[in-house]
Amino acid sequence: MDNEVAIIGVGLHPFGRTDGLSGQQQGAYALREALKDAGVEWKQVGVAYGGSQDGGNADALSNHLGLTGIPFVNVANGCATGGSALASVIAAIQSGMAEIGVAVGFDKHPRGAFNPRPKDWGLEDWYGETGLMLTTQFFALKTQRYMFEHGITDDALVRIAQRAFRNGALTPHAWRRRELSYEEIAESMPVNLPLRKYMFCNPAEGGAALVLCSAKHARKFTANPVIVKAAVMRTRHHGSFEVFNPGLAAQQSPAPTVMASRAAFELAGVGPGDIDVIQLQDTDSGSELIHIAENGFCEHGEQEHLLRSGATDINGRLPINTDGGCLANGEPVGASGLRQVIEICTQLRGQAGQRQVADAPRLGYTHVYGAPGVSAVTILQAG
Amino acid sequence: MTLDTPPKLACPDQLELSGGLPTLMGSRCRNCGEVYFPASQGCTRCCAIDMEPFTLGSEGLLWSWTIQGFQPKTPYNGGESEADFKPYGVGYVEMPSGVKVESRLTVADPAALRIGMPMVLTLEAYRQVPGEAPVFTYAFAPAA
Ligand SMILES: [Zn+2]
Repeated sequence: MDNEVAIIGVGLHPFGRTDGLSGQQQGAYALREALKDAGVEWKQVGVAYGGSQDGGNADALSNHLGLTGIPFVNVANGCATGGSALASVIAAIQSGMAEIGVAVGFDKHPRGAFNPRPKDWGLEDWYGETGLMLTTQFFALKTQRYMFEHGITDDALVRIAQRAFRNGALTPHAWRRRELSYEEIAESMPVNLPLRKYMFCNPAEGGAALVLCSAKHARKFTANPVIVKAAVMRTRHHGSFEVFNPGLAAQQSPAPTVMASRAAFELAGVGPGDIDVIQLQDTDSGSELIHIAENGFCEHGEQEHLLRSGATDINGRLPINTDGGCLANGEPVGASGLRQVIEICTQLRGQAGQRQVADAPRLGYTHVYGAPGVSAVTILQAG
Repeated sequence: MTLDTPPKLACPDQLELSGGLPTLMGSRCRNCGEVYFPASQGCTRCCAIDMEPFTLGSEGLLWSWTIQGFQPKTPYNGGESEADFKPYGVGYVEMPSGVKVESRLTVADPAALRIGMPMVLTLEAYRQVPGEAPVFTYAFAPAA
């Protein structure tokens, strides 16, 4: 395709806790790093999309970088904010609206679980007041049902977390860099059974940014561009099992992840078997468990065997969350989806150091999922 | 359960208390028959906006469950101190219409919960603060 878009620069402010820096400052840091990586000045950028959940407006980053008058759109799509911003920048570049665009995400959450307000989600107060409106609860209920339907045991949940922390220990910018033993995870505090303490990621802080341009101009800026073969975002259909639902429909229907994934594979003209390195949304072990199959990387119920055999490890057939994912990096909601893209770019450029997937991976895949039933998928190719 | 005065409910619109057992109320689409809990203004299945009240019943089967192991932040208003917080069960219960209703469960013991087990609706005083009338919400208990 002659209308393809490439990622020419990536920048990260390490995730975790950074006292003394606001979310916006961490976003601005990531954006400057991405511009430096691309060899592009802020003045050359023609369009920007970005967002955060608790860190304020993304367009306020112009106050840090310079008031150049460009269209800067604030994106608010929960965990899928980064994926939505990226899909929007790509569409803007493809439309000819701008030559160079940026996607940026950042956040700074208070400690502890999120506490959403029912009214923001079109729900009545009683749903929150009586203790039913928690994301951790939803993930547990969805995982419990999924494991029942597909004959999966707690072993799979432990192995996902164990691999995440093992990979995190190899990732210099990860937040959690200590490997955890099987027992430490399996015997950690029950948060929402079947999910335990070390099977959940924590809200965190950080920033992530990408610089993009038309693929045909990419080599003017960088020797190793990453081509975006697909960037697709989808929302839920009636009947899919989503967060913050006091009632579920009689008939279940496929999740937005399934729709986004299928559309992305079709657009890119490749299949799950062609992918060399994978990032899946792992706010908790149960979510990743479900997402492995929903994205087409195995049949429902095959995960336990896959995990036990080591297929999802860095040196396996399907390396998943090579940087430790959300479990080891924490989740600054606005930045999280772009971190995934950055990790895949790093792998495709062969710059991932100790956690590098062998044999020069060519195709990578990212997936985010968020409330109230949003999913974004990208398929990326070494340029 | 027997109550001398009408109980203070967190969600009075979702419950009918006049009969023997408390009963959950929802709505049904007049166009395609899809059932909703809580009652919905429109049908997300067929996009119609012609809805009628629908009685979901008092009994169902446990469809999924978890134990809420930590005290939720606001807007949760159970009112107990962190030290007094006791984990509670949460589940989806599949009603005869097929709709699954999210609910507190009266038991919080993993060994006593099994997907597919019959459940019956009751009221639970989830907020008990000294000097205040207790506030009740609906909850499912294992059927005897
Ligand atoms: Zn309808």
